Amino acid sequence: MISPLEARYYRRRMPLLWWVRRRTHALFMAREVSSLFVALFVVELLLLVRAVARGATAYEAFLDAMARPAVIVVNLVALAFVLLHAVTFANLTPRAMIVRVRGRRVPSRAILASVYLGWLVVTAFLAWLVLA
Amino acid sequence: MAEGEHITLRVARYRPDEGETEPTLADYDVPLRRDWAILDALNYIKDELDGTLSYRWSCRMGICGSCGMMIDGEPRLTCATFLTDLAPGPVRIEPLANFPVIRDLIVDLTDFMHKLGRVKPWLIRDEERPVEDGEYRQTPAQLDEFKQFSMCINCMLCYAACPVYGLDDSFVGPAAIALAHRYDLDSRDEGDRQRLTILSQPNGVWDCTFVGECSAACPKGVDPAGAIQQVKLAAAQEALKSLLLPWRSR
Repeated sequence: MISPLEARYYRRRMPLLWWVRRRTHALFMAREVSSLFVALFVVELLLLVRAVARGATAYEAFLDAMARPAVIVVNLVALAFVLLHAVTFANLTPRAMIVRVRGRRVPSRAILASVYLGWLVVTAFLAWLVLA
Repeated sequence: MAEGEHITLRVARYRPDEGETEPTLADYDVPLRRDWAILDALNYIKDELDGTLSYRWSCRMGICGSCGMMIDGEPRLTCATFLTDLAPGPVRIEPLANFPVIRDLIVDLTDFMHKLGRVKPWLIRDEERPVEDGEYRQTPAQLDEFKQFSMCINCMLCYAACPVYGLDDSFVGPAAIALAHRYDLDSRDEGDRQRLTILSQPNGVWDCTFVGECSAACPKGVDPAGAIQQVKLAAAQEALKSLLLPWRSR
């Protein structure tokens, strides 16, 4: 039940395209959308696993499908969004995680460096796995 | 700056008692003085040009948190925003975004007052010590753990900056969570589980999508966005613990 005074309050609504006016808001929306591309990569990975399980012919067919120019373009766009997702996620880690070693707070730069180092190690391992 | 120079303030006016149904913008020319903040210009309008203009202010030094407004679309303290930085103008001044407008530049903050009380921003003890035992002591290092979050002046700039709150005002919001977190981090407090239960409910921390604008808007260097993510992490850890070690959860 609102009072007669409250009934006269002016209530503003946010426009549907509230995020286009500010660069930071647009970047935020891009980060939100990037989740879809992360999901796309997961689906592609699952399709790859299925193709491998079905044998050599299915695997060859999967590779042919992935080599189509349209698929490559989509995957390049997806890669850009996934990188945006990963970099912004990593950069926000020090603010979400407070780490203490022997009672002392680890500086946020060290946390950030360890996140990127971990990323580098995993990437190097995967590169070795695929290329070696 | 030439002597006698002026700057135009385009101020939102809303007078429902005079039958207005939506705000309009009114232009006022004020002297462009080097030492004037927006608040000084508003006081000039009130004293010299139009006494009917309504707005909140008190300390003029960034402590009371009452003079927050949208300046050219950005949530700022009017006492800490100088005219010369906005010259040549015109400068648009509107009431804080995301809150209902009562009149002119005054918004209704009742919603926040209710939310603040709900997150229990005070020291909670399992057992209160008798007063004669003296105060609860803490070291400077323990103080540093939460000091940053205690700098909040409830100016509501973070709520005006938060699109999540703007789209759905049932979200508890940045300042209330930062203040709850301030007590969670306080060595004298034992109420973090109570607050965590409240903050992990719908409309609590999980509504936040980490836009981060609250921390960018804060005039006191508090990091409400960081506080919210830290509470999320604590809530997730607590949920995992009670799933893996149900016998250990209190």
